[in-house]
Amino acid sequence: MGNNPLLRLEHIGKEYYGNRVLSDISFDINAGEIIGLVGENGAGKSTLLNILFGMPVIASTGGYEGSIQIDGRKVSFTSPNQALAHGIGMVHQEFSLIPGFTAAENILLNREVLNASSMRYIFSERVSTLDREAMNGRARSAIHTLGVNISPDMIVSEMPVGYKQFIEIAREIDRKNTRLLFLDEPTAVLAESEAEILITALKKLAASGIAIVFISHRLSEVKELCGRILVLRDGRLITDQPSYTLSTRQIASLMVGRESVRREETPEVTETVSTETDAPKKKKKIRPALKVEHLWVDMPGETVRDVSFEVMKGEIFGIGGLAGHGKLAIPNGIMGLYPAGGTVKTFGKKLTLNKPRAALGKKMAFVSEDRRGVGLLLDEPLDWNITFTAMQTQGRFLVGIPYIFQMRNDLAMRKEARKFIDQLSIKCTGPSQKAGELSGGNQQKVCLAKAFVLRPDILLICEPTRGIDIGAKTLVLDTLKQYNKENGTTIIITSSELEELRSVCNRIAIVDEGKIAGILPASNPAEDFGMLMMGQVRNEEEGEFSA
Amino acid sequence: MIKKFIENAGWPRIIIALFLLALFVAAPFVGVRVDTSLSNTLVRFGMNGVMVLAMIPMVQAGCGLNFGLPLGIIAGLLGATLSIEWNSEILAKLSELGTLYKISWLNDLFLTTWREPIGFASAIIIAVPIAAILGWFYGKLLNRVKGDEMMIATYVGFSSVSFMCIAWLLLPYKHPTMVWGYAGKGLRTTISVEGYWLHVLSDALALDINTENIHLYVPTGMLIFFAFVALIVWIFMKTKTGTAMTAVGSNPEFARASGVNVDRMRTIAVMMSTILGAVGIIVYEQSFGFIQLYMGPFYMALPAVASILLGGASVNKAGILNVIVGTFLFQGILTMTPSVINSYLQTDMSEVIRLIVSNGMILYALTRKVRAGR
Repeated sequence: MGNNPLLRLEHIGKEYYGNRVLSDISFDINAGEIIGLVGENGAGKSTLLNILFGMPVIASTGGYEGSIQIDGRKVSFTSPNQALAHGIGMVHQEFSLIPGFTAAENILLNREVLNASSMRYIFSERVSTLDREAMNGRARSAIHTLGVNISPDMIVSEMPVGYKQFIEIAREIDRKNTRLLFLDEPTAVLAESEAEILITALKKLAASGIAIVFISHRLSEVKELCGRILVLRDGRLITDQPSYTLSTRQIASLMVGRESVRREETPEVTETVSTETDAPKKKKKIRPALKVEHLWVDMPGETVRDVSFEVMKGEIFGIGGLAGHGKLAIPNGIMGLYPAGGTVKTFGKKLTLNKPRAALGKKMAFVSEDRRGVGLLLDEPLDWNITFTAMQTQGRFLVGIPYIFQMRNDLAMRKEARKFIDQLSIKCTGPSQKAGELSGGNQQKVCLAKAFVLRPDILLICEPTRGIDIGAKTLVLDTLKQYNKENGTTIIITSSELEELRSVCNRIAIVDEGKIAGILPASNPAEDFGMLMMGQVRNEEEGEFSA
Repeated sequence: MIKKFIENAGWPRIIIALFLLALFVAAPFVGVRVDTSLSNTLVRFGMNGVMVLAMIPMVQAGCGLNFGLPLGIIAGLLGATLSIEWNSEILAKLSELGTLYKISWLNDLFLTTWREPIGFASAIIIAVPIAAILGWFYGKLLNRVKGDEMMIATYVGFSSVSFMCIAWLLLPYKHPTMVWGYAGKGLRTTISVEGYWLHVLSDALALDINTENIHLYVPTGMLIFFAFVALIVWIFMKTKTGTAMTAVGSNPEFARASGVNVDRMRTIAVMMSTILGAVGIIVYEQSFGFIQLYMGPFYMALPAVASILLGGASVNKAGILNVIVGTFLFQGILTMTPSVINSYLQTDMSEVIRLIVSNGMILYALTRKVRAGR
């Protein structure tokens, strides 16, 4: 095989239902190399991994373009087992361990060491008993390679998360033929010291000839560990160069900067964001509409630990950050949907947390990121969806005597719904159509209408454009801008799309690992936000960016 | 047009309705009178209607079908037996009032014409608070088992019946028409309400044509009472609380994000269901003529559940129309099959058909449960 690289990708591309997620990806990986693969959420990393690993989802959605070669021979995997047979190992972001089994059992799952027994001649190997001694030995040596000390007898469910990550990697190492190892965010759950141990171990592995592809959002680790760095953006390979030629700042800029230059050498950015929305915040000192101090929210998968920020009246405030780092928890926590603590003040008055009613009573409205789960009554008509919250919290759309007997005023509800259907041009057959029958974009408009009906002083919106098409996207964002301008409503938008935030917000806070990494005016260059997202700033430029 | 009607009504209802119609058509040929059959159907409809209504609040609040209806029925039974136990005391107290205010005609009324309605009203007045208290605990229990309400409800019903089997024996009832003759204590399995409030609703304003050719009996009073209770439920579901309850059933997360106390709404719904069950059994008894204790309420939930499902309700959506249609069809089948099919086949098939229809309907509805509380 001589000159052939271990793995060669040529012009790999992939479309999901006409939606292009990868185009023209070509690169080589040689034995013993460590490659860093970085990119924003949705840049196409997972799709690339799915293709390489032969995940059924690829074949079932029409396969991929281009070719994959291993040792110079063309391969095309249709199942992960084939990829395993070719020596490709993968450690996924989510653990795939059996909690009730020991470390050794997990590492050697389906490759157990068996005792010789005469029964197997009659039946098959399935009836053989396990050689625990040998299994523990093998497991121990695999764990030892990683440079950590975990007993092979330990039950996985009793391990700290960091250990579980090591077990996952040990499982891949134990496979005798593993030559290429993909690690998807292996350090995300590790403490700093554990991450260091892992990085040392990976270097050792690479030295023994295994090629490693390391995917991480922690750029400093990527830079430290990897010899080469590949940056993916919007499904394209933006750069492929030795890591010593790039600074973390340059990497960040390559990852996020849409309008940053196509060529690699000058990540200098000229800003072209509309500054029309910047006006309100420059007014004299006003009392903040919302003041958050030391907020923690226990939202599964999105926990935030200590968040403080202020939002001025009439401002559009953005909260950005990578998925899973806690940006969604902030509005959800303020609205009382998940257990939260700390102090939140609206217009100087303290807000009772953990009670949605209290937040709604302070004239705050909320548009959930979980449109179908929390945002809508899918089985009820539109007029119910739009007016229900106002009816329950503000006593509107009712007739009768308050506290004694109040019936809903179906007529008024329908009228209000019709008003918003016209205003937001919601495509439907009328106020009595069920919300579940609408398209995603129109459902989002119903959610907005529901919030507007409350006539809020503060509007919290999560992922306003998730899962809706481009036309509806602009309409939703324009509606928000217009609403802000007309009513002076303070709007807080949480979104994973940085560009979207930069186009509507005055200021943007970036959440990283449960904390606010920094708050910047939206007019700052995209790479600044990118740096904050990648957790680069806290150490280097603390003073400059903290609000 | 026809297609639309079929779509709205749903095939199961159309098939059952056609089957029922076929039974009515076939009746004269096997020597079964249509008019008496129709009367029987109406009587049964009135007897069971309120208990079927009891399903609505819980279904709408997302607690599923009230398989724990026996709990409400037990409250009703307590009300019924206590109203008989205390009958003379209550009447005496009321006539004292009459004497106190020197209104002798009122006094007379209490002891004559109004005697039975007062007995009936007292049964309901005693039963409702008991049902409310039991319902409150039942609701708290169901709030702890979200997602498995129907399973737990079934066992709440069964175990409460078993518990009351002991209680009926031990409670210090004294009234001679109710206790076992040989021991002088412990309630009998079947107690007649004759002389207390037998047919007090059924016979009120009843239409009773009894000529040579036609025997038709319409229990107008009972049907009006059912309509009245149905109206109350309908209005309630349109109030602010009722709307919140429906939203809780439709999407609890949405309701919570809108500031609704989900658990409280569910508790209220369970209490309402239990109270309606209590009232329902008293209506049933005044028409049936007997209070059935011990294992009597054991399977009472099933016909009610089957009726509302037959009426087109699902596990998380039910309305008054479902109750009316379902109860009529179910009770119609129940009335007609024994007489018509048995006369035709010369064998007793009625029980078999009843079981196939009621359990089949429950099975059908539960398997097409789309999503019950996430």
